[in-house]
Amino acid sequence: MRPRATTIGGLLLAAIVSAGIGTAFGALPPGVYVKGELVNPALQSRFEHITRRLRCLVCQNEAIADSDAELAAELRAEVRQMLVAGKSNAQIYGYMKARYGEFVLYDPPVDGKTIFIWGAPFALLLVGAVVIIRVVRARSKMPLDDEPEAGST
Amino acid sequence: MWKYLLPLGVFISLIVLFAVGLNPKRDIHYLPSPLIDKPAPEFTLTDVLDPNRTVSNRALKGHVYLFNVWATWCEACREEQHTLLEIAQQHVVPILGLDWNDQRSAAQEWLRDLGDPYQAVGFDQNGHVAINWGVYGAPETYLVDRKGRILFKHIAPMTMAVWNKQFLPRIEAARRGGA
Repeated sequence: MRPRATTIGGLLLAAIVSAGIGTAFGALPPGVYVKGELVNPALQSRFEHITRRLRCLVCQNEAIADSDAELAAELRAEVRQMLVAGKSNAQIYGYMKARYGEFVLYDPPVDGKTIFIWGAPFALLLVGAVVIIRVVRARSKMPLDDEPEAGST
Repeated sequence: MWKYLLPLGVFISLIVLFAVGLNPKRDIHYLPSPLIDKPAPEFTLTDVLDPNRTVSNRALKGHVYLFNVWATWCEACREEQHTLLEIAQQHVVPILGLDWNDQRSAAQEWLRDLGDPYQAVGFDQNGHVAINWGVYGAPETYLVDRKGRILFKHIAPMTMAVWNKQFLPRIEAARRGGA
């Protein structure tokens, strides 16, 4: 059964991926890829960090660091240029956000619109805790009659 | 009572969430541009037809104009070209073009073969201007008002329906409002 499940999963994935490509109007330019590391290792590590925190907009579940899309390559080149020009991380994120919206950031800032997303896990944790406490309390009040009745199974 | 109402409420909100989130007509690639109502980025590039001439959107300050991003590797741009020619013939607004990450000779050939609806086309070889405008896939068409603000952005090939429904009313409103 296992291989079968993976095949179905693979097919599903392929279908999702091709649907994504099919609906994207954004055709991508064939062109320059920026390759090679930055000479300054500190800049290179910041470059790697930033490009992992920026979303590729045409392949929406990839960071621009991982994407082969041309736009991602251009955005990487842009990040490089800004790093070399001495821009701070915040300035680079700000530049991208001003042009592509909050969606481009993998760590959206906590504000009125995103508070729900950031808060939801904690809210759910709280709900779970309340439910557990209630159930445990209710059960502890129940008389102990755990003995299975004869023939009940 | 709330023991029954709460699950029902959760169920209904899930239905609403799925109805919105899984609506097949919803385009997950549609992202509202944060540049709407913001000043259009200025640029100066070489003219795609003549590398010795420059093209700048500064020359169009004071005019309502279209800014169309295209390239020869973009099939959908070929599709919209006749619409752009038709729009250009209406002489409502000038169309400024941006040839994004392209080859100059291919672009010149394209304009010769398909027709040239543009007042001028800037040649954006490294995509720097396109990124500055928040472009993420060609074709994209922007509407800029007299004060140089971006009023509207259409991602996908231009059609006459889009032009009549989305662009013309905005152009008229911009002119009436003096913007």
